[in-house]
Amino acid sequence: MNRNDEHAHGERLRLHVPEPSGRPGCHTDFSYLHLSPAGVVRRPDIDVAAVDTADLAYSLIRVLDEQGQAVGPWAPALSPDQLRRGLRTMLKTRIFDGRMLIAQRQKKLSFYMQSLGEEAIGSAHAMALNEGDMCFPTYRQQSLLLSRDDVPLVEMICQLLSNERDPLKGRQLPVMYSIKRAGFFSISGNLATQFIQAVGWAMASAIKGDTRIASGWIGDGATAESDFHTALTFAHVYRAPVILNVVNNQWAISTFQAIAGGEGTTFAARGSGCGIASLRVDGNDFLAVYAVSRWAAERARRNLGPTLIEWVTYRAGPHSTSDDPSKYRPADEWQRFPLGDPIARLKQHLLALGEWTEAQHEALHKELEAEVIAAQKEAEAFGTLADGHIPSIASMFEDVYKDMPMHLQQQMAEARHFGGRE
Amino acid sequence: MTEKDTQDKVVPMTMIQALRSAMDVMLTRYPNVVIFGQDVGYFGGVFRCTDGLQAKYGDQRVFDAPISEGGIVGVAVGMGAYGLRPVAEIQFADYFYPASDQIVSEAARLRYRSAGDFTAPLTIRMPCGGGIYGGQTHSQSPEALFTHVCGLRTVMPTNPYDAKGLLIAAIECDDPVIFLEPKRLYNGPFDGHHDRPSTPWSSHPLGLVPEGYYSLPLDQATVFRPGRDLTVITYGTMVYVAEAAAKETGIDAEIIDLRAIWPLDLAAIVRSVKKTGRCVVLHEATRTSGFGAELVALVQEHCFYHLEVPIERVTGWDTPYPHAQEWDYFPGPARVAAALQRAMEQ
Repeated sequence: MNRNDEHAHGERLRLHVPEPSGRPGCHTDFSYLHLSPAGVVRRPDIDVAAVDTADLAYSLIRVLDEQGQAVGPWAPALSPDQLRRGLRTMLKTRIFDGRMLIAQRQKKLSFYMQSLGEEAIGSAHAMALNEGDMCFPTYRQQSLLLSRDDVPLVEMICQLLSNERDPLKGRQLPVMYSIKRAGFFSISGNLATQFIQAVGWAMASAIKGDTRIASGWIGDGATAESDFHTALTFAHVYRAPVILNVVNNQWAISTFQAIAGGEGTTFAARGSGCGIASLRVDGNDFLAVYAVSRWAAERARRNLGPTLIEWVTYRAGPHSTSDDPSKYRPADEWQRFPLGDPIARLKQHLLALGEWTEAQHEALHKELEAEVIAAQKEAEAFGTLADGHIPSIASMFEDVYKDMPMHLQQQMAEARHFGGRE
Repeated sequence: MTEKDTQDKVVPMTMIQALRSAMDVMLTRYPNVVIFGQDVGYFGGVFRCTDGLQAKYGDQRVFDAPISEGGIVGVAVGMGAYGLRPVAEIQFADYFYPASDQIVSEAARLRYRSAGDFTAPLTIRMPCGGGIYGGQTHSQSPEALFTHVCGLRTVMPTNPYDAKGLLIAAIECDDPVIFLEPKRLYNGPFDGHHDRPSTPWSSHPLGLVPEGYYSLPLDQATVFRPGRDLTVITYGTMVYVAEAAAKETGIDAEIIDLRAIWPLDLAAIVRSVKKTGRCVVLHEATRTSGFGAELVALVQEHCFYHLEVPIERVTGWDTPYPHAQEWDYFPGPARVAAALQRAMEQ
């Protein structure tokens, strides 16, 4: 073949750079989501071979239909009390986020990250786990913590305020909680690192012949990090008792999920490619999240291996308080997102069951608002970053090592001298 | 303080056997110790350091890992958070880079960022150092990349006795420890005279190792060779190179083997330099921003009025580690001797 032939056979090459269909001022075409109707996707046995979940990685498990009815094989047997409890956690998460956003705007805290629109995932998943299981969350799974009545809101807000009662002693950026007793691993700013650590924790549980399982969390964007791939490989190789959760909220700051590798495929498909049973689920459907989480937890607990779950949802709010999404995506995108609002959908279901009323909903909203406001007030009494009631200088040097080495003792003395305080 | 059972039988061991013995002892002593890495399980390691351990303790305690340094360290962090005491191996220190994020951002910071809620009591073993025609990716000495990370302990033994005692201490330590093993010293001491026959550990007093449990402190240097003329601060293979250079020049050098690179034994350094008034720092690693720079700075800060001459540094050149020019790169006895003489002449 000579040069002329080459030109005759094809055009010049062109680099493909994926783009979202919707940018500011226009509408997003959500047909790329490839949705399945509620109730149609099959529910395999818990001991299904990973290879036999390939179709599920390209479908979408949904329980709640447009009328708020629970349909199909995945509909879980949750009592009205459990449903109300789930609704409460989701609402609590949204109200908490809303209040903390305001507090950030008032400069009481330096930074915040909402989970608006993603509340169902952590709320329902937490209900499917047992006491003692360990979650390895990202910075957007506060609903896992807010599902726990034994984690005081005051404690969380003190962390956000970096005040004298901050359990992390002012060392961590707001939202980077660590609450071991609640099965909530220390959040790191470095993306994806926790995904492989979850696998290691699960391997440890298996090594010790324990019955506890791990639950790892990652966003769509962070799946491009190498730790995502190592986690899948190790989870598969050692059949680790871990649930690998990919929260696909379509956006990684300003970057559409297609740039993370979502174009023409799914994140669940990565799991089945690595030999892990993989499911793709409506992340705004509380019942589907609960049912699938239970399925995966049961699978892990029975030593049947890991499960990867892609939760399809939408990041309704800004990435963080430092972000303005109107610069890169349509302002009304959430209203047009086909999977709707998880709180509205569970509320509709409870109303349809006759187990909930608008008056009850309004009362719960008010009660939770009051609870969060009271907690915030109590937390602020222990100081804020703004008023200078922050943890001691000594606590800056402690916990670098188990025992403070000489060089840190000397540096601490120097810092105290210049800081003029303990 | 050195803790050992004085009744314990002492036998000749190579550094490889001593490291293996340390892991054997710790696997028996602590049910939470697990050992894994590439080729570590069935095969017993490419350097034989874990030979026989899987057969003895089973594949739940000692096992092979995928070729993924980030994964190996990442699962170790997760296991540590659970409550295990993982001993992970990176086959060559030259290949730790894919695990950098897990080491720097996670293992080193976990205790601090969680205020002690979670800890990472891991030991990461890495064969390091040159002098074996290892070329660019089987010879590196990356210790300065670890000493710069707050929250890590970096340790390097120079002989079988220390190797076992320090590895046991590293595994027992609740801080993450980077345990660097100079592979040039695995089978015998090496003074840089590559043209002479190598000697085995069996003919060396430090090759006599107690069979049972003992540990050495992770923050104490040893005076490898006492002397009055000048102080050599070093670690790893360079300890023997310094000894050869002292012998060949007739300079009565006091050689300090740091053992714990960071946090280090500053008192031992200051004590010696204040006595001798002269200081030479040696390491195989490249010079610029190498750990020697920190040693020079510490000596300058703490011993300035006792120094008779500028502090010398003998290090690898600021180039990648070459293959053919191995002995022009490796800071051998001739280069070290020249530095000792310079320090004495002024």
